Amino acid sequence: MTATDTGTTAPIIDAEEAERARRDKINRIAKWTLPSLVMALTLLAWHLYVTLNEIPHYVLPGPLLVGSSVVEDWSILWPAMLTTSRLTILALILAILGGVALAVAFTQSKWAEMSFFPYAVILQVTPVVAIAPLLQIYVESAFVAALLCAWIVAFFPILSNTTIGLKSADHNLQDLFSIYGATRWQRLRLLAAPSALPFFLGGLKIAGGLALIGAVVAEFVIGRAGTGLGLASTLLEASYRFNFGRLYAALILISAMGVAIFAVTSLISHLMLRKWHESALKRDA
Amino acid sequence: MTLPLGKRPPLLTMSHIEKTFGTDIVALKDMNLTVNEGDFVSLLGPSGCGKSTALRLIADLTHPTRGRIEWQGGQGKDDLGIVFQEPTLMPWATVAQNVWLPFRLKGQGFGSVKGKIDEALSLVGLDNFANAYPRELSGGMKMRVSIARSMVTRPRLILMDEPFAALDEITRFKLNNDLLELKEAVGCTVIFVTHSVFESVFLSDRIIVMAARPGRVIHELEVDTPYPRHEEFRTSNEYAAHTRAASDALHDAMGEAA
Ligand SMILES: Nc1ncnc2c1ncn2[C@@H]1O[C@H](COP(=O)(O)OP(=O)(O)O)[C@@H](O)[C@H]1O
Ligand SMILES: [Mg+2]
Repeated sequence: MTATDTGTTAPIIDAEEAERARRDKINRIAKWTLPSLVMALTLLAWHLYVTLNEIPHYVLPGPLLVGSSVVEDWSILWPAMLTTSRLTILALILAILGGVALAVAFTQSKWAEMSFFPYAVILQVTPVVAIAPLLQIYVESAFVAALLCAWIVAFFPILSNTTIGLKSADHNLQDLFSIYGATRWQRLRLLAAPSALPFFLGGLKIAGGLALIGAVVAEFVIGRAGTGLGLASTLLEASYRFNFGRLYAALILISAMGVAIFAVTSLISHLMLRKWHESALKRDA
Repeated sequence: MTLPLGKRPPLLTMSHIEKTFGTDIVALKDMNLTVNEGDFVSLLGPSGCGKSTALRLIADLTHPTRGRIEWQGGQGKDDLGIVFQEPTLMPWATVAQNVWLPFRLKGQGFGSVKGKIDEALSLVGLDNFANAYPRELSGGMKMRVSIARSMVTRPRLILMDEPFAALDEITRFKLNNDLLELKEAVGCTVIFVTHSVFESVFLSDRIIVMAARPGRVIHELEVDTPYPRHEEFRTSNEYAAHTRAASDALHDAMGEAA
């Protein structure tokens, strides 16, 4: 036998392996081309439906009109998008700070949990649309009022997920920490916090979407007072003026923001867990 | 070097230990046991006979309902290591960081104990895996990390609660052999919980046979075959005789429980 038999030359590929490689390649390409194709066909169908039936643009604008609105109204839409982004991101950051701090307080003291958890639930289950007008009355700044709205919706998933996560540490590991005389702080930092991380990140993904929803609702309710300049108030205003091109343009941008938030939070989650967590494991199908 | 049986100074004594959960579950009833320095003690018995409870009492993770545990020789519960049935590693930390934990919780930085960590890893044969994450290891390797962590501080006593029960037989035999070598190298006392007659005979010089409902000690056996014991021991007549005696005692325990 010579060394070349065992693979110093090009690897021998049998029919089955070639077939599997071909299928993998097709899958990789399809993952991007199929959704793009669906999108293109939908736009085409939309365009044809609007032009062939001569639908008036104040009932349903065609994709070309929406596209040109995005371009033409960019000077209105872009600042509006910045405002809504600022609102959403700030609300999300405050939700993270508040949710995590409260979760830590809840797990460190059962008295704190007993006293405040019911109120966190009440805050969560009360529809934000019902609170927004009140906030508008009591809080002078429309931006702060809207921020409060978005924060209320976003913070609960962070609080509840992080609380469960902090309590989810393996029991044997907890015993191990006891045996080695760990302090409270060591337990929190070295055991509870890492155990809570996947739960927190799950909550973050939900909270990101909810912060945007909260911001949009707040703009609908509070922005009407004439102070709001976000995308949602732009959308509402366009609907009053039957400017459906701009309405759809605003809608698409809001939707794009939602996708961006989801992508970023998913990426953060992946980067933080990829080394050790089951959810980030790559497996052969 | 370990003194012969009967000449070892006592390390800890459990006297008249009783442990009840709730009002009616008697996990242990009047348990008396003296563990001597250098002993390799197996607690052998059917599941539910209070073996884990006994270990948890010794580790001070729970308190006896009645009775006392006394430590002799001026050292106590602070100086012990433990290995559970599951490897119980922190999945977010590397192998070396996991082994560092006992030191870390005592405020010692990684750099100052790196030598000890490396030594422990090399004792269990994992020199090249210091930077691996637990999920990259097989079940047997994870258990080796767990063992390295339990002995890295060189404790006088190591508690093991069915550490190899979830492993396949080949891996278990290998780890049994290695554990005996490790014990000699570290020179500690071991209390080893198992429900395997073979494992208890191969590893230990004292076997405490327990029965369930209520959990209690019903027999004590000595395996006087000197260490080091090697693979040949498993096929010797001596081994067969000890296994038979331990099996009979265990049958007794099962019979009494029924
Ligand atoms: N925390 C607990 N609460 C209630 N019952 C328990 C608890 N821990 C153990 N027990 C009971 O005590 C008995 C002995 O348990 P254990 O020590 O785990 O047995 P073993 O380890 O020998 O299988 C069992 O009947 C078990 O159900
Ligand atoms: Mg047990």
